[in-house]
Amino acid sequence: MTGNHQMLALVLFSAFVAVTLGITTWVSRHHQGSAEEFYAGGRLFSPMENGFAIAGDYMSAASFLGISGLIALFGYDGLLYSVGFLVAWLVVLFLVAELVRNCGRFTLADVIAARMRERPVRIAAGTSSVIVSVLYLVAQMVGAGSLVALLLGGTSEAAQSWTVIAVGALMVIYVSLGGMRATTWIQIVKAVLLMGGTIALTVLVLVRFHGDFNQLLRTAAERSGHGDAFLAPGLRYGGDWTSRFDFISLGLALVLGTAGLPHILSRFYTVPTARAARRSVVWSIGLIGGFYLMTIVLGFGAAAIVGPQAVRGSNAAGNTAVPLLALDLGGGADSTGGTVLFAIVAAIAFATILAVVAGITLASSASVAHDLYASLRRPRGKQRSEVAVARTAAVGIGVVAIGLGLLARDLNVAFLVGLAFAVAASANLPVLLYSLFWGGFTTRGAVWSVYGGLVPSLVLVLLSPVVSGSPESLFPGVDFQYFPLQNPGLVSIPLGFLAGWLGTVTSAEDPDEAKHAETEVRSLTGAGAV
Amino acid sequence: MGGGTRFDDPWYDALASGWGELDGTGAPAPVVPPMRREQEGRGGGAADVYLEVQRSAAFQEVRSRYRRFVIPCVAVFFSWYVGYVVTATTAPGFMARPVAGAVNVAMLAGLGQFLTTFLFTWAYARHARLRRDRAALDLRWDTQELTRGLRGGGS
Repeated sequence: MTGNHQMLALVLFSAFVAVTLGITTWVSRHHQGSAEEFYAGGRLFSPMENGFAIAGDYMSAASFLGISGLIALFGYDGLLYSVGFLVAWLVVLFLVAELVRNCGRFTLADVIAARMRERPVRIAAGTSSVIVSVLYLVAQMVGAGSLVALLLGGTSEAAQSWTVIAVGALMVIYVSLGGMRATTWIQIVKAVLLMGGTIALTVLVLVRFHGDFNQLLRTAAERSGHGDAFLAPGLRYGGDWTSRFDFISLGLALVLGTAGLPHILSRFYTVPTARAARRSVVWSIGLIGGFYLMTIVLGFGAAAIVGPQAVRGSNAAGNTAVPLLALDLGGGADSTGGTVLFAIVAAIAFATILAVVAGITLASSASVAHDLYASLRRPRGKQRSEVAVARTAAVGIGVVAIGLGLLARDLNVAFLVGLAFAVAASANLPVLLYSLFWGGFTTRGAVWSVYGGLVPSLVLVLLSPVVSGSPESLFPGVDFQYFPLQNPGLVSIPLGFLAGWLGTVTSAEDPDEAKHAETEVRSLTGAGAV
Repeated sequence: MGGGTRFDDPWYDALASGWGELDGTGAPAPVVPPMRREQEGRGGGAADVYLEVQRSAAFQEVRSRYRRFVIPCVAVFFSWYVGYVVTATTAPGFMARPVAGAVNVAMLAGLGQFLTTFLFTWAYARHARLRRDRAALDLRWDTQELTRGLRGGGS
């Protein structure tokens, strides 16, 4: 990578940072901080705006660079990821979005606590939300660090560390000063940039192949060295049965986890009604589906134009496939076009990471202040002080994420993301669905369901080959590996549902019929919604 | 509210500009003030209102319309997705079977997942708009009237 790339990429990226900081200052000057304003951005975003913001929250650098990189290296198996990430939105649309908008105020715990004894339920749901967010956040921070090394040529550890610290500092500024309103606008700007960049690259790839998708696939298969096997599943997950079950486990976690991600749920509160929440999900499904369809073209395009050998030579995980493709499409490493396209892609990838971490930080600071702090300590007249707590929490979470991001520097990003989805699907989704749809659900069931999904998923990871017992583990020297799969979802998601059922049938307390009636009526009609 | 009534565009437009969403000028359209947040120790009155609404025929109709649409759809797309993932991991030979040119069964199934996701999204949005929104909105007003009445008018 030459100095020209770096300079231009840095200029573009600084421009993005300047624009977003401008948005943040402007927002913080014109809107004073009530809880409605800080957590929900005043609730008056339009469905289209929120749809773009949801897409911006969801399309992380892991999808932009990671999935197309996986396709470039392993062909069809990379595509399996994108299908899971998209189909997950049907779960959100059908079962979650409207009902959560109608029942809740700011967080996941609001929906559940409305029916139950508030304190234990809030503490449980708040804890699991914070854990899911921090896992996801660490994944993005690690991704940011390695991206800098790859794109700007700063391979030194110091450059990576400073990137992680800078990203953390920026996200804390966005969130604590601008709240939900600034975060939403940053997501929208980022989603537009990302879609624009992806569309441009896709068109260039298709033009190169004269619009012939068949020819693109054939060339990719030939250059991959695998022939037709490149276009069928099995190159990455087709080995022994352990790796096949591992993929099924990941597939389940992806499709069920999205509906339990706190930063996705909190986005539904930024629109005025359930109908607007539905329309924002429809917008985001259109955007996200279009985006993943284009990453397929980019992935096979990188395999066909750049070649898997060159991609692997630059980064073993394939994360640089799209930047290399951009370089090639623009006319090669020494051309102006190549330099410009490469710099644009690098800047978009940074923008993506910054926007995603801001969204997650906001959601987790809401869980800390609105659920954990408010239940562990109940000050009277707390409206203003809760926002102050949330701002402080954002700083605290930023520090934790920076620290963990530096520690976990060598962990695989895709694994961390898969883990966050698995914990969300095991701990958050069962309790949410039970609360919305099961009349007999009780407080004990809710608490058991959260911990019954959270604890097994975390313990199974500790006992998995990720942590010990294989050369690629975190601690290769020791061996306490008792669970064969890397992703715990296949076991821990059913356990979360089972624990919720078990807790409910064994609890002495009778379910509160009136509270259930209230939740059901409110969730389907919107009566009493804020 | 008739059981099989279809609601068409004029109503839809009226709703779009009158239900708490942004109007042309970017300012919020008038919204009926939301019910106050649940206060602790809320009397039995509001609870009775919600029980009464829950038992009403109108609400049962909305709920069953929602469930009759959502439950089969979720069952279909979830099994279609799980079937796809399991087939891709356990029967790669079948998935590799060529169909036309470089396109094989796996590619068709993958693109089929995208297509069905878009179709399900469209069908759900249409069903909710035509069969549920109007009835749910009526119920929302009625319920809020009842709970507001309990508090002695106005919020």
